Amino acid sequence: MQNDNKRKELVVSAIQNGTVIDHIPAKSVFRVMRMLNLEQIDTQITVGMNLESRKYGRKGIIKVSGQFFESEAINKIALIAPTASMIVIKDYEVVEKRNVEIPDEITRFVRCVNPNCITNHQAVATRFKVIDKNDLKLQCHFCEKITGKNNIDIL
Amino acid sequence: MKNRSLVSITDYSKAEYLKILDLAETFEKEPKQNILKDYVVATLFFEPSTRTRLSFESAASRLGAKVIGFSDVSSSSVSKGETLKDTILTVSNYSDIIVMRHPREGSARFASEVSPIPVINAGDGGNQHPTQCLLDLYSIRKTQGRLDGLNIAFVGDLKYGRTVHSNVMAMCNFETTFHLVSPIELKLPSYVKMHIKDNNLNYYQYTDLNEIIPIADIIYMTRIQRERFSDPIEYEKVKNAYILTADMLSGCRENMRILHPLPRVNEITEDVDSTVQAYYFQQALNGVFVRQALLSAILGVK
Repeated sequence: MQNDNKRKELVVSAIQNGTVIDHIPAKSVFRVMRMLNLEQIDTQITVGMNLESRKYGRKGIIKVSGQFFESEAINKIALIAPTASMIVIKDYEVVEKRNVEIPDEITRFVRCVNPNCITNHQAVATRFKVIDKNDLKLQCHFCEKITGKNNIDIL
Repeated sequence: MKNRSLVSITDYSKAEYLKILDLAETFEKEPKQNILKDYVVATLFFEPSTRTRLSFESAASRLGAKVIGFSDVSSSSVSKGETLKDTILTVSNYSDIIVMRHPREGSARFASEVSPIPVINAGDGGNQHPTQCLLDLYSIRKTQGRLDGLNIAFVGDLKYGRTVHSNVMAMCNFETTFHLVSPIELKLPSYVKMHIKDNNLNYYQYTDLNEIIPIADIIYMTRIQRERFSDPIEYEKVKNAYILTADMLSGCRENMRILHPLPRVNEITEDVDSTVQAYYFQQALNGVFVRQALLSAILGVK
């Protein structure tokens, strides 16, 4: 038991200050990284993929040192990683832990499924109202068409 | 509704629909009023639509307004690659209200949000065409003397026909019973039917046009387009099933009237035109009164 814990520590090391995004579906890790714009961040980032998870079988985890995210930014990832949780670490202590929540409105980072929508032709930032959170449905603020969970294309 | 854009029929409340219809009635009685002589109306037609444009320009002219604009993009700076935003911002310097038709869906909402002056949507692709919807409401009220508690039949392409969707949404405010006649492939989308149910109203679906003739107060005909069918054989099977002829009207209600957003192709035969039930040409004329009402209400002079 002791050994097990020790080995986990080695796989993904703890951070002093920053944000941990845990329980990401294994296949969604890269998309989550893109969504949070992690390429633009200079601080240390540790990524674990295909880790064992008692709850989900396999999971991904991202640890970002020295960065704290707006809850709006974190909630965006609920679209592709609904099981994810966010943990805020300060001085090696967990100061906040919560599950991601699908927001009521989504701006900018999802493409509208309608090829004839103005947002797919001119420099217009996309904007959606979330009309169903369980069976994810996004209604375009502009063309009013519905983008369903199988059509979600992240910009 | 002063200074407020009209993009989608759901932007207005029931009280606002009724205000526009009442105002339109006053313009029908007295179409020429010089109340917009100090105003400039811009009509920006990014795709041609002669009927809608002329109807708006006629409405504006009869109220004394000056009309500027373009009727297709080749004669505007859009052909040089100007963005919609830039066109709207430029034109808003020259005018007091913009009437816009654009082939892209959502363009009208976007234009209304970047524009410092109000925008009336005259059709954004297959999305919304609220002034058509208001003129249909006007025609229904005028022919029936009321909007409440009517049996309205929609016939033809109920899946892609945007006028049908907006009309159903708007008529949900008036205790309507809906009769939906279409081929199986072109049934009303479920989100529109949900809207009917959410308002505790009833709808009935049919594939046979003859069934609704004795029960309808209004028959709203639409065109079935060949390109809507993935299988051309399916189109051949249904294309003649939704054609209204004069001899089919024998058992209809006395007050029943036939509406059609026009242009028609063959879905209403010409022998219907001379029946008392035919109302589609007067319906088009009503569009001018409704657009006079909208221009004057949004510009705040009525």
